Amino acid sequence: MSIKGAAFIAGAFEHPTRKAENKSVAVLHAECAKGALEDAGLSFKDVDGYFCAADAPGGALSMVEYLGLKVRHLDSTDIGGSSYIAHVSHAAQAIVAGKCNVALITMAGRPRSEGRSGVKQKIVGANIPDVPFELPFGPTAVNEYAMATMRHMHEYGTTSEQLAWVKVAASHHAQYNPNAMLRDLVTVEDVLASPMIADPLHRLDCCVVSDGGGALVIVSPEIAKSLRRPLVKVLGCGEAPKGLLGGKVDLTYSGAIWSGPRAFAEAGVTPQDIKYASIYDSFTITVLMQLEDLGFCRKGEGGRFVADGNLISGFGKLPINTDGGGLNNNHPASRGGIVKIVEAVRQLRGEAHPNVQVKNCDLALAHGTGGGLASRHGSATLILERV
Amino acid sequence: MVTAYQTRIMAIPEVHPEHTEYWEATAKGKLLIKKCNSCDEFHYYPRVICPNCTSDKTTWVEAKGTGSIYTYSVMRRGVPYAIAFVELDEGPKMMTNIVDCDLDTIHISQRVKVTFKQSGDEDNSGPFIPCFIPMEA
Repeated sequence: MSIKGAAFIAGAFEHPTRKAENKSVAVLHAECAKGALEDAGLSFKDVDGYFCAADAPGGALSMVEYLGLKVRHLDSTDIGGSSYIAHVSHAAQAIVAGKCNVALITMAGRPRSEGRSGVKQKIVGANIPDVPFELPFGPTAVNEYAMATMRHMHEYGTTSEQLAWVKVAASHHAQYNPNAMLRDLVTVEDVLASPMIADPLHRLDCCVVSDGGGALVIVSPEIAKSLRRPLVKVLGCGEAPKGLLGGKVDLTYSGAIWSGPRAFAEAGVTPQDIKYASIYDSFTITVLMQLEDLGFCRKGEGGRFVADGNLISGFGKLPINTDGGGLNNNHPASRGGIVKIVEAVRQLRGEAHPNVQVKNCDLALAHGTGGGLASRHGSATLILERV
Repeated sequence: MVTAYQTRIMAIPEVHPEHTEYWEATAKGKLLIKKCNSCDEFHYYPRVICPNCTSDKTTWVEAKGTGSIYTYSVMRRGVPYAIAFVELDEGPKMMTNIVDCDLDTIHISQRVKVTFKQSGDEDNSGPFIPCFIPMEA
């Protein structure tokens, strides 16, 4: 069985806030849910499947009660920031299996208001088997991704200048997004001149810390065709966890080497067919490595691929993250997966900002790396088509 | 530029029952790793069941305590420190800190040897943690 054509994305919503000092996380979830359902032309009473990850306060049970949902299917898979990409696949699986017809996915958080940041020690729970052998060494989001960067530079000659081009492209796109947290254009020189956070990652190699959230409504083909929205079809999805392999650590690739081919095979398309890609950009290295692993270029050539504006819409060969991405627009709850899908949906509907809208955008990809690139992460790749 | 190593309070690890021996050994200046008697592979971090072949015939072996740096990063916010993965001479790579050196001289492939730093602080001290010192410039 395949999910190809089994479901459509009927509603997509990105919360406009980037600092929510006076709203709880639950309120942000509810506002996102309302926004996505209104976008689809549906209401809370139509929802019969609910999906959320670890950012949802109280988990699925609290959220279902809080939102007043009456559902017959629940899924709270958590693979970090890419959870919501997997949720779209799981929703399509549930729809094709007859478990639900209208699936609501929500995510939201307020790390900015709560003073969290990527240079602080991770907050961890008890009984986790790997934690005693890592926590004393001070792993953070930044220095973990930095270690993967350092090894990539060592093996392939990737440079800080090449990585900086990922940020330059994000800033080009963000200047047109009124909601983006950072809207100023930056140059390669600006990135290199920004303070070093964890060698070799500079401040401008890192995503923003923002409040906010997003939601999606995934529906059966019959319901999609009854709604007055452009049809965005789910073509394929792949998932893959990657870890430290019992000590056989290799930080030069991500789980995208497995999730990507699975998604492309299910969709029946190739990387060359993709018109627009949302690529998880927690850090500049995340983008570069995922582009290699997804097959947009060969392993080790990511640096050359991202350089010279190749990721800028209307200029380069592969426009990515035309909302400004996590680097400039938004990384709500330190989990960027849902806004990756929202921008892909905008592109497929022709609803992106006119200055970044990709012409004839009928095939898009959204990919996420949730968790740590130099520890454990969940990769998820989603391919969508406008029909 | 010189970035001298500074003492940093290391978080106290939870001691899980199956790791008692490991932490008793670090207090004596020894690094234990697990070897599987079924597939002969070393692994890290230590498990009861081998992650390579799922055999439960895993035993503790004292590592030589030497290896080379696979990758690293020096944190420049707050007290600077060097996080790294070290490839042990036995094979497995482990997360660690590179200590007692000029952090700006650390490099990939550098030979290192194990040393132990106590976690926690004077009022609340925890197990000794395996860190590594460069054996060469």
